[in-house]
Amino acid sequence: MFVRNFFKGGAKVPHFKNTAEFETVKMDVPEKVIIPMLQHVGAPCEPCVKKGDTVRVGQVIGDSNEYISSPIHSSVSGTVTDVAPVLHAGGFYVTAVEIKTDGKQEIYEGIKPPVFSDSKEFVSAIRQSGLVGLGGAGFPAHVKLSPPPSKKIDTLIINAAECEPYITSDYREIIENSWNVVSGINIIMEVLGIDNVVIGIEDNKPEAIKEMVRVAATNSKIKVVKLKSRYPQGAEKMLIYATTGRKVPPGKLPANVGVIVMNVNSVSFISEYIKTGMPLIKKRVTVDGPSVKRPANVEALIGTPISEVFNFCGGFGIVPKKILMGGPMMGIAQFTLDTAVVKHTNALLAFDETKAVLPKEQDCIRCGRCVKACPMNLLPLYLNSNSIKENIEELNKYHVMDCIECGSCSYVCPAKINLVQSIRLGKTQVKQAAAKGGN
Amino acid sequence: MEKSFIVSSSPHIRDNANTRKIMLDVIIALLPASLAGVYFFGPRTLLVILVSVLACVLSEYASRKLMKRSNTISDLSAVVTGLLLALNLPPTAPLWMVVVGAVVAIVIIKQLFGGIGQNFINPAMGARVFLFMSYANHMTNWVIPGADAVSSATPLGILKAEEAAEAVLPTYKDLFLGNIGGCIGEVSAAALLLGGVYLVARKVIGPEIPLAYIGTLGLFTWIFGGPTFFSGDFLYHILSGGLMLGAIYMATDYATSPMTTKGRIIMGIGCGLLTGIIRLYTNYPEGVSFAILIMNVMVPLIDRYTVPKSFGGGKAVA
Repeated sequence: MFVRNFFKGGAKVPHFKNTAEFETVKMDVPEKVIIPMLQHVGAPCEPCVKKGDTVRVGQVIGDSNEYISSPIHSSVSGTVTDVAPVLHAGGFYVTAVEIKTDGKQEIYEGIKPPVFSDSKEFVSAIRQSGLVGLGGAGFPAHVKLSPPPSKKIDTLIINAAECEPYITSDYREIIENSWNVVSGINIIMEVLGIDNVVIGIEDNKPEAIKEMVRVAATNSKIKVVKLKSRYPQGAEKMLIYATTGRKVPPGKLPANVGVIVMNVNSVSFISEYIKTGMPLIKKRVTVDGPSVKRPANVEALIGTPISEVFNFCGGFGIVPKKILMGGPMMGIAQFTLDTAVVKHTNALLAFDETKAVLPKEQDCIRCGRCVKACPMNLLPLYLNSNSIKENIEELNKYHVMDCIECGSCSYVCPAKINLVQSIRLGKTQVKQAAAKGGN
Repeated sequence: MEKSFIVSSSPHIRDNANTRKIMLDVIIALLPASLAGVYFFGPRTLLVILVSVLACVLSEYASRKLMKRSNTISDLSAVVTGLLLALNLPPTAPLWMVVVGAVVAIVIIKQLFGGIGQNFINPAMGARVFLFMSYANHMTNWVIPGADAVSSATPLGILKAEEAAEAVLPTYKDLFLGNIGGCIGEVSAAALLLGGVYLVARKVIGPEIPLAYIGTLGLFTWIFGGPTFFSGDFLYHILSGGLMLGAIYMATDYATSPMTTKGRIIMGIGCGLLTGIIRLYTNYPEGVSFAILIMNVMVPLIDRYTVPKSFGGGKAVA
């Protein structure tokens, strides 16, 4: 075990791991669930049920023919009451299946532990499980687990860095289900023939490190790496560098440098799934923030409206002015409390007015803090100025597309400039120009 | 329970650094040098400093008001400019001249180009050179520290004018502590270094520019500054003139220094070379002001040619 923090830049963000010692509590089945047909990176699913259909727990209710996509299952038993567009957690509309629950939670008859004899069958079983990256990005797991044959994968990296403030979902998985984590890792190692496993955990979670070291002792090929607590340590590229010293080129996937990165919750899920065959229908969500009466780690069914999750945690004390799905650095602010918990929801935060209102933007003083903070080696201040000027050529020159939107630059800016927002706009300008056949 | 929520782009938290705190740190860092100036040159020095700061703040307030822009005096950047300008003036500077310098720095160099972060040269340095060109007699009226404040020459002036045989070069100790003739804030290398260490420790500035600047000048004057190669008195050059003040506080000005470590090293080396050339091969005994101003206008060019590769990237940029 050793400390490394080789990635350049980043920011010292506060930890706020208030819920670290709160054991996961299971939420009751809500009266209705709203299950959006897009809960992953890739193509949205087509619903395969219609209004009036009876569905049961684990039944496929949406799927897609696209490779980069992941099927969606019913998290409850009940009756489909609507198939209609809803506001997605990301701020746009997607089709969603609304199910009125019957409270019986009858399990779909097709649910049985998957059988597989080779990696191909394993990957196909993973696809059927609906697993996507549970760390927050939601990249389909079956795609991650089937790298192109030309790329030799030698290392599996387990992401348990959990560098976002507030969130303790990964931490709780290690404390509560460490054996599942190890068994999930063992399955992947065996099936894909991977010889090295590195589990990366930030040093602000000594209990998690201790627990992982204890259970990983059963397999000498699994190493636990203590990472310095520095945001964005859990960003894929930074984590790969900090644990293996390898750099993923811009626009390339981890497979290019021989690694697969999976969230600790994802590998733990694989172990459960292989045992039971139950697809991804629930999620541990950290509920916290100054407005939440009783912060908690909640196990919620996919599709549970976030209003119900907050109610389960005692509702709001101080009036909430901003609702976040995800952490404060990369999470998405919600328009309403009607959006639903999706596969990669790892936190729901409610901020009161003092935290919700961001300070006013001032003039850039060119202090260079954004440059120092950028883990991707970019010059955020110039991306900002060129995004304002819509200068596509300059945006490309300053590598706008390489930005991982971690938020470190905006966080440290003393003039409080919304650099990431501006850079996102710049990326959109570049994409639009490319679509028009310009630069 | 329908509520309206604030929706904004991530990140949703910010650290508590702000422009005002940074400027306050610079002011704190300049206190030792200011106090040293007052100690060595007497209470009138304090008046020069106060007039300079006040004139800068008023100029900022009035010019922003006239241009119908927001009031920015609370960010304290005008105070920093005023302080730096005063430290770059001789203790005998007439007060009307101090006010002229302040107006040039704030109105012409800073606000007319867009305010904080937009000035293309360091305001205090630009104003100093403006005054130097316009009122050379007042700007070179040096006194040595002490009760009588007798007129004298600066250490570099003595070094330059070798014929003035009766003038004796000060000792290293006097140079280091500040017991010499010169501008209010440039005489005490010790006080300036103290403030510099504070700024680096508080991460207000990086050490790249001061180190590259001082190192380059030391090397240059060591090689070329003596009767034969490698016999120059580099320590004398480093400790005298406005070098410490310039390298630590002026060349590191955010608006007029490069963004990347590489760019900052280039800036420091450029300043060091230019200062050395001016000091050794021109009629001016001092070179820091011109060197920094010349490098200031090169900053956009330096930034353009030092765009770093992205993490893991190999895409070269021209």
